[in-house]
Amino acid sequence: MSLDAVLDIVAAVCLISGALLSLAAGMALVRFPDLLARMHAAAKPQVLGLLLVLLGCGLRLRTGVDITTLVLIGVFQLATAPVAAHMVGRAAYPHDDIRTDLLLTDELAPHLDRLSAATTTPTPTP
Amino acid sequence: MTPAEPTEPPSNATLTPAARRRNRITAVIFLVVVWMLLWGTLSWANLISGLVVAAVLLAVFPLPPVTFAGRIHPLGTARFLLRFLSDLVVASIQIAWMALRPGHVPHSAIIAVRLRVNTDLNLTLAAEALSLVPGSLILEADRTTGTLFIHVINVDSLDEVEKFRRGVLELEERIVAAIGSPEEQRRVRERPPPPLDLEGAAA
Repeated sequence: MSLDAVLDIVAAVCLISGALLSLAAGMALVRFPDLLARMHAAAKPQVLGLLLVLLGCGLRLRTGVDITTLVLIGVFQLATAPVAAHMVGRAAYPHDDIRTDLLLTDELAPHLDRLSAATTTPTPTP
Repeated sequence: MTPAEPTEPPSNATLTPAARRRNRITAVIFLVVVWMLLWGTLSWANLISGLVVAAVLLAVFPLPPVTFAGRIHPLGTARFLLRFLSDLVVASIQIAWMALRPGHVPHSAIIAVRLRVNTDLNLTLAAEALSLVPGSLILEADRTTGTLFIHVINVDSLDEVEKFRRGVLELEERIVAAIGSPEEQRRVRERPPPPLDLEGAAA
């Protein structure tokens, strides 16, 4: 078997497993109980799924120009996905979208006032 | 509620001119590398245009000061990256399995973990890595005390929460072993047990 054929098979495995992980992430978004749990799904299986798809593409395309672009996509995904998940989670935290009955402990609540005061300009609370 | 007092003077306040120059050079190198990767070819034209773009970007959008007292330890960095990759795979499979498992509602918790090394760089790296490894998501970071507020998924008892808290501190140890200064490494070694002082504040 030639090297090309081996690389193609590895690429196919990467593409399929990446797609399956992304599918699982999508199902998790629908099935998880509250917003914070859903952000876990958006941050982890989705990132690894994308990385595997990029790896598969890179192995299949095998040209320098394409691979550098794929590397950049991967790096920026790793850098930005946690930030996006954090921003969404933080925006939703004090509101009703969080199932507090599923929380074993909440150590953020006692600090919330101080942190909000420190990070944002004081806004009138309704 | 008593706000926890900072463990150390805020180390991000001032930068020496040398440190500022080094930060700027690092930023220029990073931007040029990204520019070259975008074009995908290595040529003098790309290098020079990349330098021009980087210089303009840094002049228009100056970066916040980052203190980086340590140096990069190759062995520690390799260990951190390997562990990070395996954690990412485990986390993804775990979440995927939770999504497919019928009739299971995962319990979760929000915990506060106070890191021992309170610098912006350490907080950022720990937060980024934590969001991608099993069961954790950053909700809020407190720069004054170096505390991360973490949402932990799939925990069924408070024992597991404590185990997770220890895991976070071990992750910090790996980060400091990878890029920390000798002083930071000493501070991490001096306080190995998980500090549980925030327990009282949360109760």
